[in-house]
Amino acid sequence: MKDKEKEKEISFEDALKRLEKIATELETDDISLDISLKRYEEGMKLVSVCLKKLEEAKKKVEILTKKENGKFELKDFEELPRES
Amino acid sequence: MSTDLFSSERHVYNVSELNREVRQLLEDGFSAVWVEGEISNLSMPRSGHIYFTLKDDKAQLRCAFFKTANASLDFNLEDGLGCVVFGRVSLYEQAGQYQLYVQRIEPRGKGALQLAFEQLKKKLEQEGLFDPARKRPLPFLPQRIGVVTSATGAAFRDILNVINRRFANVHIVLRPALVQGKAAGQDIAQAIAELNEYGQLDVLIVGRGGGSLEDLWPFNEEIVARAVCGSRIPVISAVGHEIDFTICDFVADVRAPTPSAAAELVVREKAQLHTALLDQQRRLQGALSEKIKMAQMRLSRVLRSYALRRPQVIMEQYSQRVDNAERSLRSRWQHRWQWYQQNVLRLAGRLRRPDMVISQYGRRISLLATGLDRQYRHCLQNKQSAVERVSSRLYNLNPLAVLSRGYSVTTSVPDGAVIKDAAMLKQNDCIKTKVHKGVIISRVEDCRHEG
Repeated sequence: MKDKEKEKEISFEDALKRLEKIATELETDDISLDISLKRYEEGMKLVSVCLKKLEEAKKKVEILTKKENGKFELKDFEELPRES
Repeated sequence: MSTDLFSSERHVYNVSELNREVRQLLEDGFSAVWVEGEISNLSMPRSGHIYFTLKDDKAQLRCAFFKTANASLDFNLEDGLGCVVFGRVSLYEQAGQYQLYVQRIEPRGKGALQLAFEQLKKKLEQEGLFDPARKRPLPFLPQRIGVVTSATGAAFRDILNVINRRFANVHIVLRPALVQGKAAGQDIAQAIAELNEYGQLDVLIVGRGGGSLEDLWPFNEEIVARAVCGSRIPVISAVGHEIDFTICDFVADVRAPTPSAAAELVVREKAQLHTALLDQQRRLQGALSEKIKMAQMRLSRVLRSYALRRPQVIMEQYSQRVDNAERSLRSRWQHRWQWYQQNVLRLAGRLRRPDMVISQYGRRISLLATGLDRQYRHCLQNKQSAVERVSSRLYNLNPLAVLSRGYSVTTSVPDGAVIKDAAMLKQNDCIKTKVHKGVIISRVEDCRHEG
């Protein structure tokens, strides 16, 4: 459960950095096969987390207006005619 | 109006009247003048009015710059500033002092806006607002981007174009703002504040497309600079086209030369990130399989080593000894068993029963009888086949027997000599040919010798 939260929390950048570190670690000789397997597993998880993060954002263009009561209102942006 | 010093009709002004009339004269004569000089004795009381003395190397002129007029002043006045001042000349009746009521001031040598820019830049720089240490890095993968610009301007279109092209899936929140004119600075500052209040954004792009210095002016206003500085969200300033630097550019965390460039900065190409990710994945897989290969090699090396093989050898030797022992035990046992068996048989043979002896003899007799019988038959067959062989030989010697196989015997007529040579005959001799069944009488047509 905690691990899952961790995965959710980790930023794309941190995940990619960690991934690079794991790959470098794996490429050096001085870690055991056991640890290598664990690192590999972690690395592959990070890859999928990153891929998910890359895909998860939805394309949306919205216009923000602050109303008189102080609340914000978001509306979909529709292409307006060009300013002449 | 008389000028006679002693005239009884002399007109005596009181001070107020005179000042008023002089004022009138001054106002009529100098209702709109440009004066060039240097500012000194600058005074800016709380009232918002500004007082100073304009001077050159020989003379001085009192100037009043009232609040209503100086509100549009773009730059700051300071002592020693050379400038060109426009206004009307009038008289401050109360003090009897003539002065210039200023409508507008322009700095000498350069434009007002340029001066204002330099002044504000210097001020903010001294405050440390441009300090590189203040600048925050942009998020690596910004998902939500706040934009402050005109909803209809080229800048926003450019940003959308880039984002569409590079990275379709980002969330853009536009807070439309005026980007030129007097009210623009205030609006931009408020927009930045509102986007911060709204939160949930990774980065802000504040900007507009290129234009004249006047067009870009709002981005040189202090209020905008302060708003950018106060933003919790990192700000990319994106004003104008490449060469225009604004105060906003200096204060922002990152300065992009154009709105498009700002968008590019914000979204590092998705493909690039994607590739980087896949590269790492490949590295992981390659490294692991290399590791496994190495481990396998090591393992097989170890398995082949004598230390590990020894127990196996010992085991094999033991098991061979066990096998040998078993085999020898078995053969000894068999040997013993046969010996017993033979002894038993030998003893049993000595104990033959009489009926068994009789039937044994009976068997021997019948055996002899069948042998005798076979002998006799054999002898008979031999005789028979000898008789047959002789009679067939006899049969074959009978010349007539040959006729049955298609041969014939020819004799001459009438002497009956057997013809063995064609020379024995001549044309028109009569011959008699005996075949298997019957006789043929014929006459010779021709005789030929052969061989």
